[in-house]
Amino acid sequence: MAEVFEAEIAVVGAGPAGVAAATRAARLGASVVVLDEGFSPGGQIWKGRRNGRLRRFAGSGARVVTGVSVVAAEAGFLLAERIDTPGQTVEVRAPVLVVATGARERYLPFPGWTLPNIMGIGGIQSMLKSGASFRGKRVVVAGSGPLLLPAAASLAASGARVEVVAEQAPPEAVRRFALGLLRHPGKLAQAIALRARFLRTAYRPGTWVTQARGDDRVREVELTDGTRSWTATCDILATGYGLVPNTELASLLGCDVVAGRVVVDDRQRTSIPEVFCAGEPTGIAGVEAALVEGEIAGASAAGRPELARSLALRRVRLAAWGESIERAFELRPELRSLARPETIVCRCEDVPLSRLDPSRGVREGKLYARAGMGPCQGRVCGPALEFLFGWQSDSVRPPLRPATMGALAQGGDSK
Amino acid sequence: MKASEELEIKVDGRAVRATPAMTVAAALHDSGQARLRASVTGEPRGVLCAMGVCFECRVSIDGIANRRACLVLCRPGLEVETGG
Repeated sequence: MAEVFEAEIAVVGAGPAGVAAATRAARLGASVVVLDEGFSPGGQIWKGRRNGRLRRFAGSGARVVTGVSVVAAEAGFLLAERIDTPGQTVEVRAPVLVVATGARERYLPFPGWTLPNIMGIGGIQSMLKSGASFRGKRVVVAGSGPLLLPAAASLAASGARVEVVAEQAPPEAVRRFALGLLRHPGKLAQAIALRARFLRTAYRPGTWVTQARGDDRVREVELTDGTRSWTATCDILATGYGLVPNTELASLLGCDVVAGRVVVDDRQRTSIPEVFCAGEPTGIAGVEAALVEGEIAGASAAGRPELARSLALRRVRLAAWGESIERAFELRPELRSLARPETIVCRCEDVPLSRLDPSRGVREGKLYARAGMGPCQGRVCGPALEFLFGWQSDSVRPPLRPATMGALAQGGDSK
Repeated sequence: MKASEELEIKVDGRAVRATPAMTVAAALHDSGQARLRASVTGEPRGVLCAMGVCFECRVSIDGIANRRACLVLCRPGLEVETGG
């Protein structure tokens, strides 16, 4: 049976941006419904946490529906399916939409990368926040970006043995980035505090994993600094090469997406009327930017442009922070040649690199090799293939997530 | 039920301890099970993103196949079947 919600504003995503947008709009008197895939609001960053923002959100009057995946959408209408009870749908009718779908990690293929116990860097954080224990585990953290620090710190705090933190960006770039932190004293203090929590572990810029070996799970990885290679035994490899904006819902709604980011103006308006977007989908810039953008989107969505404009003043500085991350942690070209012909690139369909012709595109890759045709719908191999071959993501079609036929049939019926 | 209270779920018929604050993926991890299913060509796979994106952790939960273990919380008596 479909459960139907009517509201003035629907927000998709209950991470920082969605929470900020919903809280602001609800407090301005709008009726708001928020949908999220998680089992409680907070997104990845606040998973399993309580904080002032979440408490204000809970008291704002916004209704929240957790544990649902949005599978289809058009102007004024969302169709979602319950994760716990597949086949049960939630329909939301709201003339105004706020897209706050966050980001995911970029993974790059290398020999052995599909072995169990090779998890994302954000994935490890999510596992820790979901109650998993890594006590006593030997963990190699290898990838790129500022998220390596909190992951290593959380692992160390939980009793894991962090063997090494390998950052692919060269030492000069990391040093420049660290100097840039001087202009963001809060972030600098945070970085120092995080680093202090795994002081016994080496943080090695200019270092990356070239392959992983194991049986039913990873047992060891090979690291290199470009001149020397060595093997590290480990129980867990945490890997991830930065974040990728989740633009699929915005694309489906017809919003302009340029260079992988949803285009918005200073009031968080997309190219489609009554569709707003906030946080990482508009470009990776971190939680503070997501909160500001969320507040602006909430004010805009509630029909308070003057308030949105006054909040927008804080936006620019935070966007610059996102760009400095991108510059410092640019992926080195060597990472393009880690995958061998037999290395699987599309993990859903087990498509090896040799089956893909770089001179063709995403659409053709789907048709002749089934790359990106599995349940993740190209969310994992897409960003990898963009880096490897320069392939741009394909157009988005519903369902946004694998959905039961029943759910899709219901959406059509009751509309 | 309090978040810290212990409960038991069944994984391929065997009892696994967990708490209601844990996802099925976390409980499987803590039980030492890294391999959750076989890929289309029979390779072992386990948790990758732990945030509902990659679908690598999909298992059968209470008889319903292909559910993301990272998005489902443990509750007493929940039955998980891993694949491959």
